[in-house]
Parts: sequence; C-alpha cells; structure tokens
Amino acid sequence: MFISWKDKSAHGLSSYPLESDKNYFGSGALLSSLTQIVRTRTDEIMSLITDPWPWYVAGPAIAIVLAGLLLGGKTFGMSSNMRTLCAICGAGNNTEFFNFEWRKQIWNLIVIGGAMLGGLIAQNFMNGGEAVPLNPEILSQLQASGVESAATHYMPTEIFASKSMEDPYVIMLLILGGFLVGFGTRYAGGCTSGHAISGLANLQLPSLIAVIGFFIGGLFTTYFVLPTILSHFIA
Amino acid sequence: MPVKRPLYFLLVGVFFGIVLLKSGAASWFRIYEMFHFASFHMFGIIGSALAFGLLFNQLIKRFNVKDLDGNPITQTDKNPGIARYLIGGTVFGIGWAIAGACPGPMFALMGAGYWPVILVFASTMLGTYVYGVVRDRLPH
Repeated sequence: MFISWKDKSAHGLSSYPLESDKNYFGSGALLSSLTQIVRTRTDEIMSLITDPWPWYVAGPAIAIVLAGLLLGGKTFGMSSNMRTLCAICGAGNNTEFFNFEWRKQIWNLIVIGGAMLGGLIAQNFMNGGEAVPLNPEILSQLQASGVESAATHYMPTEIFASKSMEDPYVIMLLILGGFLVGFGTRYAGGCTSGHAISGLANLQLPSLIAVIGFFIGGLFTTYFVLPTILSHFIA
Repeated sequence: MPVKRPLYFLLVGVFFGIVLLKSGAASWFRIYEMFHFASFHMFGIIGSALAFGLLFNQLIKRFNVKDLDGNPITQTDKNPGIARYLIGGTVFGIGWAIAGACPGPMFALMGAGYWPVILVFASTMLGTYVYGVVRDRLPH
C-alpha cells in the first residue's frame, strides 16, 4: 500500500532480490525475507518523505496551517510580518503606518521563525534541496536561457548560490525583486497566503482583485521582462 | 504581555516551512513554470489549499467552532476597493516573478541556507517601509 511519489523504477527498488537470495532455502530464509520486506517497506515510506511532495499533499497541508492559525485565534498572512519588523526597527517614530501595537503580532513572528526552522529541517533531514521535477519544455527553455542549474538544483545557482553574490547584476536583481514584493504586498494588503489562500477561502472580493493583479504582474514580467533579465546568464 | 502558546505557533510555522520547501512552492523554478502555465503543480497547491480552506471556513461557520481560547472564530472583511488591490497586486506579481519567492517561502529558504534570499528579505522590508512612507500619496 505504500507507494512512492515518483516512478518506482527510478528508486533502486529493482535490486529487490539481494545477495541473501542464496540463503533462500537455508535456515535463515524466513528471517532474511522478512528483513527484506521490512527494508523495502522502510525504503518506500522514507521515499514519501525524501521525494518532492505532490500538490495534493502540499495544498491540503497548507489549508491545515490556515485552520491551525484560525484555531489559535489568528489569521493566515505572512507579508504583514514585514510591517511588524519595520515597526520593531523603529519605523513608527517617523511614519504613522508603522506606529501600531506590534507586540500583538509577535505570534506571527514566531510562525515565520518556525518556517525558517522548517526550511532548515526539510533541507538537511528530508532531502529538501533536491532538483525540482519541472516540465521538460520549461527545463530546456531555462537551459537555453542560460539557467543551466534547472535540471540539478532546487534554486537557480546562477542567482541564489552564495558565489553569485559577487555579480552586481544579481545583487541588483535580488534587491529589485524583494523591493517590489515588499511594496506590492503591503499596498495590496497581503500576499499569496493572505489573499490567494486565506482571503479567497473567506470569499473576499478584494482578494480576488489582488490575485488578478498578482498574475497581471507575474505574467507580464515572465513573458516580457525575464527573457531579457535571464539573457545575462547565457555564457 | 507574553505571547500565548508560543510553542503552538512555532510548530505551525515549522510544518508550514517543511511543506513549502518539500513541495517546491519555495523554488524559483516552480514559480517560473507556474507563470508559463507549464505545470499544474503550483495551481494544484494553491487551488487545493483554497478548496480545503473554503471547506474549513464553512465547517467553522456551520458548527460554530471556537478557537483554543473558547472565543468565536471571526475573520474581518478586507476593506473594499479596487485600485490598491489591483496596483499593489500587480507590483507584487512583478517582484514574485523576478525573485521567485513570496514572503512565506522566503523564510523557509533562509532557514534552508539559501543565503542570497537574505538580501531579498531585507529589500522586502525596505519596500514595505517605502510603502508606509508614501502611502498617503497613493490611490487606495
């Protein structure tokens, strides 16, 4: 009943009859075949953890996060943490927008602290840094654009490897992207979690408008801006 | 005032971070693929999270579910408007496509050790700050 997210043949399970085969009719036959079954089952269960998780696991899991926060008397929204952090840094002294009771938002800072810890656990103990199983067409398109790491890495090393930080172009790119995310989410009053999931799940029309905006901006950039941006990486 | 149930919120966050990283939702590549409509994956994640979220909200209303403190679960309606959601959303979309990370995954990525994301995060705070400064001059 335990199946792998991935095609089994890719998993080395084909090595099923091991060297213990020669004992098959010997005294240790039963024990060794039991051991083999346990080992195979363990491999299969482990692969559920170490393989990339499918959407139908991740989506409901995120809904559980949403429900968990509602049960905790809070709502799901990550970008408001940036406002809280600005307030903690003293931005409220000169800007009214940051002059609020940020102490009431500490619970959300704990959530993002947990998310960091979760990222650390997934990366180091759950094979989280594995290459993403992309659409093959997208893969070759990225590689043709100079993003060679698409087949082998979780994140494009051209942009997100520490050594890419030696390139001022990449630094500018990261600063620009982050700035727009920060400005846009606060202007729109939420990001993917606050609008696309939490807001839409609560049937909020403003969230639908915001999500339409997410895609207007994202599609425009992907089709008309990213090709130029990525051409920098063509060797 | 100390935070109530810090461990509870920490565990919710840990779970969230693991899901984001393991599902690829934190991967720049997945966002690129999503904006090309080249895979159902990200739409499946957001769509099924939304579907289950709708279900949970309906169950909460139907059965009058209380939170852990025994208070009714309420969610305030978003302020009505069009301009701020459309313009702000579009600006975020542009940034999302470039940086490939929205605010949630950003934290999971920093925890995972993708250090350049720290720069993205710092700059996100700068963007938030600038919004706060120019807010009164923007259409909402």
